[in-house]
Amino acid sequence: MIRSEILKEIAPIIRDQLVVCNIGLPSQELHMIDDQPTNFYMLGTMGLSSSIGLGLALSQDKTVISIDGDGSVLTNLGTLPTIANNVADNYILLIIDNGSYGSTGDQPTYAGMKTSLTAVAKACGCENVIEVQDKDLGPVLQGAIDSKKMTVIVCKCDSGNIKLPVITMDPVVIKHRFMTAVAS
Amino acid sequence: MNIDKKITDDLVANNVSFVTTVPCKQLAGVIEEIDARDEIFHIPSNKEDEGMGLCAGAHMGGKRPAIIMQNTAIGVTINTLATLIQYYRMPLPMLISYRGELREPVACQVEMAVHTKALLDEMKIPTYHFHHQSDVEEFDAILKYTFMCNKPVAILTDANFWGGYGDQ
Repeated sequence: MIRSEILKEIAPIIRDQLVVCNIGLPSQELHMIDDQPTNFYMLGTMGLSSSIGLGLALSQDKTVISIDGDGSVLTNLGTLPTIANNVADNYILLIIDNGSYGSTGDQPTYAGMKTSLTAVAKACGCENVIEVQDKDLGPVLQGAIDSKKMTVIVCKCDSGNIKLPVITMDPVVIKHRFMTAVAS
Repeated sequence: MNIDKKITDDLVANNVSFVTTVPCKQLAGVIEEIDARDEIFHIPSNKEDEGMGLCAGAHMGGKRPAIIMQNTAIGVTINTLATLIQYYRMPLPMLISYRGELREPVACQVEMAVHTKALLDEMKIPTYHFHHQSDVEEFDAILKYTFMCNKPVAILTDANFWGGYGDQ
């Protein structure tokens, strides 16, 4: 499965949760598949989906899912020790690990070579780290939401992209809509 | 006057309850004070752009955030300031240790100091420079200004403000 197929499959699971979605194609795909006011789309700033999600989870009680990529986590690898040492049980980091920089043309990442983000997350001190194959993600993600324990999920999948338009919504509108959903 | 306590008191009085820090020797006292206060959740970050991500999340979760860092961080965070904090119009007080100014013993610090105000100016970030201890009196008004206008605002605090740089 490629990332857009995974997002399609988990859309009903994440629809009612607060979602912080990674820059580029992941946000564009989620926007096209199931646009919700509970989705925060990143239009720039590669690497910070996990950090924004953690800050949000630590600041209110609703469940927060950060959808990130292997390339983005590698960009901001310092996020994993911060996550491990500041436990928010309403926080799930979902790393869609296709071993490539999808938005820029599928150049390979080190996560698709020798580096295991699962092992890195565990070494950083994250307590609930689950590596899962794409087709098995749904129940694992639902289980993580239900467990109310901070969880890092590394979902291994194929690289590949679909053609789709950029998000033209104004960033202030995205934020306002999202903050209204957070506060409701 | 204890400026560490004054800064922390002003943060608390302005409901700033989520503070991320990347340390600097000059900032050690204020970081310690913040860490000791129950009203503030203190979350150290490993890099300043990561810290700004945390602050963006806290802001959207309804908390008032702040970041404490060195001026070298301006070199690290230009993209995050432009594409996250400014693009989405988020308030962010940035209490910045202004290394490389008068009384600085480390020559390399001057290399970023000479760019600091120019970069902040280029980014159109409102910037205040605390040089004398009495300048801290404006901190409360700067915080109010920041959350009024929903912008990142820089408060540069130099070695003279902090009373010198250690025993140099």
